[in-house]
Amino acid sequence: MPRIVVDVMPKPEILDPQGKAIAGALPRIGLTGFAGVRQGKRFELTVDGDVTEEVLEQARHAAATLLSNPVIEDVTRVEVLEEDGQ
Amino acid sequence: MTLETPLIGGPQPVAGREDRALDGVRVGVVTFPGSLDDRDAVRAVRLAGGSATQLWHGDHDLQGVDAVIIPGGFSYGDYLRAGAISRFAPLMEQITAAASGGADALPVLGVCNGFQVLTEAHLLPGSMIKNNSLHFICRDQRLRVENAGTSWTSDYADGEEIVIPLKNQDGQFVADNRTLDELEGEGRVVFRYVDGNPNGSRRDIAGISNSAGNVVGLMPHPEHAVEAGFGPDSSARGAVEVRGGTDGLGIFTSVLKKLVG
Repeated sequence: MPRIVVDVMPKPEILDPQGKAIAGALPRIGLTGFAGVRQGKRFELTVDGDVTEEVLEQARHAAATLLSNPVIEDVTRVEVLEEDGQ
Repeated sequence: MTLETPLIGGPQPVAGREDRALDGVRVGVVTFPGSLDDRDAVRAVRLAGGSATQLWHGDHDLQGVDAVIIPGGFSYGDYLRAGAISRFAPLMEQITAAASGGADALPVLGVCNGFQVLTEAHLLPGSMIKNNSLHFICRDQRLRVENAGTSWTSDYADGEEIVIPLKNQDGQFVADNRTLDELEGEGRVVFRYVDGNPNGSRRDIAGISNSAGNVVGLMPHPEHAVEAGFGPDSSARGAVEVRGGTDGLGIFTSVLKKLVG
């Protein structure tokens, strides 16, 4: 069944304590090439049938109302997943 | 400390209560799957002299209660974001509608997870993210009552300090600068952390209200500081016995007195 992927990221101006902690842990495993980390969320909405424009609109609505909180997060992607899962 | 009162169990009758004038005021306490402090909130209402009604999140009926408390805990396991799923509970629609009618609208208090639910429901601005330390914080916390004019703070004085427990992981209050300026300008910062900011909250904000003052949310827990023997080890009013702090009781007496009129 086709899937729609929704990516949600903390807003740039919001401090991301989890990302900061991850950034602090990277050097501990010897990885020093990264200046920062921000942690977001990825949702996969499985569609029963074809992905019509109406279904995509529903996904955008879900992304804006339930999957993200616009005070602290941005929806950065609402897209149909291709067959290979990319 | 008496051992007759069980720490866990159903709400117990409160013995020795003298003031019966507030009996007729019914405060609803909402239980979600994962709520933790609902029974403590029920007990706090009764200790303050009122009557408490337990409400279930999945119901559509507020049962005619005069005020509502959304308690702390981990409703829906904090899945997605704290409060994000609870916001869409059937009872929340009733609460949102009843709380939105101006100064005479339903008084609503959100504590901790309840505060998070109120921000997700857009009854209060801003949001909570993880504590800047990333640690779960559990400690007695000193606050200053910045606005004693709300439905839930009128039994305090402006500037009065209180000590009540703070216990959460997602306690860092954030909002954009315009919202923060608006909150400050309109006197809607109701509680502020003093003696150090425990979690990185913007402008040391611990609790806020809506513009009408009937909806108040705060991260620390007044319902855990209402009965000597079960409260914090300190009080802003002076030395107390071990676990003798009851500085949170004023939150509950405030709303009861307001409703009695």
